[in-house]
Amino acid sequence: MTRYTAVTDSDLREMLATIGVGSVEELFADVPGGSRLKRPLDLPPGKSEQEVYEQLRALAARNVSSEDELSFLGAGMYDHYVPALVEAITTRSEFLTPYTPYQPEVSQGNLQAMFEYQTAICELTGLPVANASVYDGPSALASAGYLAKLHNGRSRFVVSRGVHPHAREALRTTSAGWGTTIDEIDLHNGLTDARALAEAMGDDVCAVFVAQPNFLGAVEDLDELVAPIKQSGAVAVVSCDPIALGILRTPGESGFDVAVGEGQPLGNRLDFGGPSFGFFAAREEYLRRMPGRIAGETRDADGRRGFVLTLQTREQHIRREKATHNICTAQALNALSAMLHLSWLGQQGLVELCELLVQRTAYAREQLAAIPGVTLVHQQPVVREFAIRVDAPVERVLERCAAEGVNPGYALNRDYPELGEGLLVAVTERRSRADIDRLAEVLSVAVAAERAPAEVA
Amino acid sequence: MPGVMATAADGLSRAPLQDEGVRTIYEKSQPGRRAFVAPPIDVPVRPLDELLPARLRRIEPARLPEVSEPEIVRHYVRLSKRNFDLDSGFYPLGSCTMKHNPRLHERIAALPGNARLHPLQDPRRAQGALELMWRLQAALSEIAGLPHVSLHPSAGSHGELAGVLLTRAYHEDRGEERTRILTPDTAHGTNPATVAMAGYEVVKVGTNEYGGVDVEDLRAKADQRTACLMLTNPNTLGLFDPRIEEIAEIVHGVGATLYYDGANLNAIMGKSRPGDMGFDIVHFNLHKSFTQPHGGGGPGAGPIAVSSEIEPYLPRPQVVRRCAGADGQEPFFDLDDDRPRSIGRLRGFQGNYGVFVRSYAYILSLGADGLQSASETAVLNANYLMARLTEVAGDYLPPAYERTCMHEFVLSGGSMRRQLGIRTLDLAKRLLDFGFHPPTVYFPLLVDEALLIEPTETESKETLDAFAEAIASILREAGEDPEIARGAPYTTPVRRLDEASAAKRPVLRQPRATPLGA
Repeated sequence: MTRYTAVTDSDLREMLATIGVGSVEELFADVPGGSRLKRPLDLPPGKSEQEVYEQLRALAARNVSSEDELSFLGAGMYDHYVPALVEAITTRSEFLTPYTPYQPEVSQGNLQAMFEYQTAICELTGLPVANASVYDGPSALASAGYLAKLHNGRSRFVVSRGVHPHAREALRTTSAGWGTTIDEIDLHNGLTDARALAEAMGDDVCAVFVAQPNFLGAVEDLDELVAPIKQSGAVAVVSCDPIALGILRTPGESGFDVAVGEGQPLGNRLDFGGPSFGFFAAREEYLRRMPGRIAGETRDADGRRGFVLTLQTREQHIRREKATHNICTAQALNALSAMLHLSWLGQQGLVELCELLVQRTAYAREQLAAIPGVTLVHQQPVVREFAIRVDAPVERVLERCAAEGVNPGYALNRDYPELGEGLLVAVTERRSRADIDRLAEVLSVAVAAERAPAEVA
Repeated sequence: MPGVMATAADGLSRAPLQDEGVRTIYEKSQPGRRAFVAPPIDVPVRPLDELLPARLRRIEPARLPEVSEPEIVRHYVRLSKRNFDLDSGFYPLGSCTMKHNPRLHERIAALPGNARLHPLQDPRRAQGALELMWRLQAALSEIAGLPHVSLHPSAGSHGELAGVLLTRAYHEDRGEERTRILTPDTAHGTNPATVAMAGYEVVKVGTNEYGGVDVEDLRAKADQRTACLMLTNPNTLGLFDPRIEEIAEIVHGVGATLYYDGANLNAIMGKSRPGDMGFDIVHFNLHKSFTQPHGGGGPGAGPIAVSSEIEPYLPRPQVVRRCAGADGQEPFFDLDDDRPRSIGRLRGFQGNYGVFVRSYAYILSLGADGLQSASETAVLNANYLMARLTEVAGDYLPPAYERTCMHEFVLSGGSMRRQLGIRTLDLAKRLLDFGFHPPTVYFPLLVDEALLIEPTETESKETLDAFAEAIASILREAGEDPEIARGAPYTTPVRRLDEASAAKRPVLRQPRATPLGA
């Protein structure tokens, strides 16, 4: 008996007698000899709750979290303030511990929350249908590729280099067996090169993927980008930052077909990269090819309002190899966190938050651009993230800042070597003016020190 | 039992919640209400048009709810009470391994060093997280009996996709083009769906009279076109296939890989290892055997374990240990992106770390003995419940296969339907009135009126007895009046829902006056 089981010795005797065997070992008689493990697993013996807590607390203490330093890291996940009620609600047993709502009569809370969440995603993206979540942003983008492939069967994807590098790679990996190729469109002055995009179009293009704002923080002109995509008949997909959608023209308004994105900024912790969730919204013509769970409203036998998982003939447990996706377990609890955060922000609050981000980010951009040896990678409008270039090896600059307890952002040189010593800086509402001033001061000293090593020598 | 309303259900009384609960948060919205107070704009304010031209901005705000904080909390607490959950009652959902979710894990995952750790933090400043991941990889490798592990995939089906893409890369690297993947007719729906999504053709393999793979059918269908056989063992009938070693030989004989769907791993931890059975690629469902709470449909995680032949193709990044303590040096844990033969990423960052924390805590708590004992107890509980149900309900609900089961078992409701006039669905719905979550129903497909029952190791004998009694009561009741079960449930927040009209005329979000996506 372990601390999570309840079979006593006397239970065991009774249970074996009822089954009609002499020992537990007999129950494993079907396992052939060669497949039996004839020794204990090579793992340490079990530990008490207290010991496990202490050991893992010590490990966690070795990480430098956003609590321990002044961090401007973003690049796909952001240190927004998550209101206390998110944790209070999502740790309730009733939300934390049920399975996927296969029995709607006892899952109304979960199903109604999905319905409310789907509404919020539709409102943010300006598109009429949304699912109940997929794994994360990059896998959502790859799933949009599969939807497009099922929709028009064409053979070529066109992807802006403004799309998150992880999402571009996830699309490449996931599509390995589809017989499709991928063309990438360069950025020009921080934006997707609209002319190159138009030239890349043709009647073999299955889908086009752009990001809003793009990976360098720049706000794209979606209306301009969508025109040639529409003309070619390809599926227009945009990967969006859901917070920025509070202020930006929506994918729906701009004429995009599918909007996906990383949901973490909505009510989810950083968690070293997951679990978070991906959102997925589309025009109605794509509804029956959408991946994942979708909640819908209906009535019960007494005529009362209720909610169910619907359009399940798209799904693997019904349609097997004819399903529109293989996804089963998704990210329901993370989507609930998003819904709670959005309810807390509210209609006006999200706009105010976005305006605050725009103002603070503009201030930060101005302060950093004024540092000798720092230039802006682009001058395009941004919401809460921007790219700079430092006139020194960026890794060494980051190391000097780290020694001062400041993390200025994400080095771009690996993903975008063409930008030189690039750095992506994100400003959430948790970073005050004083924090930004501190960043400017520390970065300024670090760049100065790394710019002129010869003088020191 | 006096009448249909008196039942064992607890926590599901609908009356006081009925009116409030069914209004959505949008319907509770009133202009001007709010919960959020924005921090002050502490920087010089510039005209918004200058920073973000109007043509790039949305025309009207997203119609989010306008509600006060107390209303939000009350709304979602009330919604929560319209859910059944594992912490409240027995949840014998077959193939889902609804075992206890220790609260310790939530406490550890919420520590700021875990919860507020940015995924792009420099590995030198994320050593605790990377070490935890490395140790989890090592533990899973030992449990699977395969030398290499990637924690990358987000859930079981994502692990399956990774596994099939690994197979593709492995064959392509050898200049082989293979087009077909074999799956048994008992397979989880995700298996054939994954095969199709990865660009292969699905070929079904039959099941023999003992519930195992029809080996002759397999032999006939496995050939040079075959890339892989995807198998669950014990399978979805809850039966361990005693011919597994022969199956592996056939599959390897034609140069295909053998894939292990780890959804049923809870039966065999510390008893038998997929690697020792001959599997090349294994996925784990950390939200099943390793206690990540299901969250009403996720999150989960689907790490994969592979053989040395498959290792070069593993997704990236991979967590590695460098300078492993040699010369008195501290070990250094790193993310290795430099993997030229990797299939690449399937998602962002390095996987569902928060899930890894919980699963690693579980493995530490149980240790070698505890994991083995968990599987033994899971199998004991399943066999005990099968025996009890055979005793009290065997005439109507016989086991689909008269064999020792592993961690789960299948009953057939065919006789019940013919003799009592109620279907498996009716039985399942009536169980809700008794305060139990029903088993998985109508799966596996090859069993008539199937009930797939998985009690897990964390349930007591008393709970199993009470469940068997409830089933017996429902069958007795149906013998007297089958209409009761046909009309069930009665005590739940809503009764049976009209799924057909939900699909025919989909209402998938709150209606609004002006259309979206015009």
